Amino acid sequence: MTREEILDELKSVFAPYTTNKEMLANINDQTDLITDLKINSANLVDIIIDAEAKYNIEIDYDSADKMINVGSCVDVIAEKLKQK
Amino acid sequence: MAKRVVITGMGVVSPNGVGLADFLEALKQGKSGIRHVAKYEELQMSCHVAGVPEFEWDKLKSYLSEVSFHGLKGTNIAYGITAALDAWADSGMPYETDEPHWDTGCVFGNSAPDSDATKNVINKVDNKEVKKLGSRIVEQTMNSGVTSFISGRLGLGNRVVTNSTACATGTQAILMGYEYIQSGLAKRMVVGSGEHIDTYIFGTFDSMRVLSRKFNDQPERASRPMSASSGGFIPGSGAAALILEDLDFALARGARIYAEVLGGAANSGGQRNGGTMTAPNPAGVIRCISDAIASAGIDPADIDLVSGHLTATMADRQEIQSWSNALGRSGKDFPLINSVKSMIGHCLSAAGSIESVACILQLIHGFVHPNINLEDPNPEILKIIDAGCMPTKMIKKDINLIAKANFGFGDVNACLFFSKYNKDK
Repeated sequence: MTREEILDELKSVFAPYTTNKEMLANINDQTDLITDLKINSANLVDIIIDAEAKYNIEIDYDSADKMINVGSCVDVIAEKLKQK
Repeated sequence: MAKRVVITGMGVVSPNGVGLADFLEALKQGKSGIRHVAKYEELQMSCHVAGVPEFEWDKLKSYLSEVSFHGLKGTNIAYGITAALDAWADSGMPYETDEPHWDTGCVFGNSAPDSDATKNVINKVDNKEVKKLGSRIVEQTMNSGVTSFISGRLGLGNRVVTNSTACATGTQAILMGYEYIQSGLAKRMVVGSGEHIDTYIFGTFDSMRVLSRKFNDQPERASRPMSASSGGFIPGSGAAALILEDLDFALARGARIYAEVLGGAANSGGQRNGGTMTAPNPAGVIRCISDAIASAGIDPADIDLVSGHLTATMADRQEIQSWSNALGRSGKDFPLINSVKSMIGHCLSAAGSIESVACILQLIHGFVHPNINLEDPNPEILKIIDAGCMPTKMIKKDINLIAKANFGFGDVNACLFFSKYNKDK
């Protein structure tokens, strides 16, 4: 799976947690989950759980802490997929 | 000087009608909201019927942000949000605000957080899947979940309280909101209560053998308050909310005034002298009604209607005896009396608020709703009051003063007096 494919799929993972649909449609590696997508910080854990289910991977606490912008989310998921 | 407290908005999710218009029609027509629930039969409960609102889950999308809606599973919370937001809109207020309403608080009650939500937690924890619970569970398993959603959506900035006194919860919530405004602590309070009788809550009552089991094949006939053939109560689900305001505050913003809360009282019979965990001490009930009369400053002779607790158990007779003693009225002199539970069952924590909305609708529309299923009045009750006091058909009548009471497990009581708003009082 390419980084672009993961980034595109992540839009559906983020969708339930953001009302900023315009920003969501145009996310890039630099898009910040909290400041740009206005996602409630408490919901970051839900995004991790949803991503785990979607890709059938396990995201440990250390990796989860890195997932603050779209680029780092893609990196973590790509790495976990590689380890499968 | 104590402030006068008026009702300026209402919202309701009742087994026999969701929304004020449908609920009003249902009350006038004596429409039952009791339905057969296949699941209860399958689970080998003794009672197979319940009061179930015809609630459209997707309508919640128009009350909540998409983010709040996603992941919301608690039915009691959904009922409470709907009732409270409907009441707020009914009072003429917009949902959106940037600054909190510092002068507005909330007292909203429930008996238990959603046990389906709690079951999900138990299953995942026991299954070593605690990591999969996510962030949205606590808000739905904490007892103050409903008030948190309501106050958050509306931006309420005064005190926000979740109350719980079993079947007296809704009545008590209204009383607490009334007291906050009356004493000047708040200008406006969103008050009410909700209840979702899921299979687990239902099961705990079924096991006590206090539910009706003789009319499983005729759900609409199953709830029979004050009748000789009453064989226990029928649980019901739902919620209702009222907007209470300081009279001057309401007048200043040009609010429509439905009615006035004249006063009320709450107490406990102390589980003494006949009072137990499940039965009220009659002296406590009489004292509660008498205290409410004093608080409201009314003459019991002026009461037009009593909206009883009247669940359709053995306790109905004693309740009417207590009303009769407290009001000093009996026989043909007793006020009209009715029980919303004949149509919707016993909505436990939600009973007091749904039934209070029914009271206000009767006040403003000039009618007394029928006691349905009252085909065979309990002869022991007829020794206390005249049969004519218990209407079985809707009566069109100017109603000015209503007594409302509910009594709950733990031997707790709450009583309120509602009247038409009279500016020259």
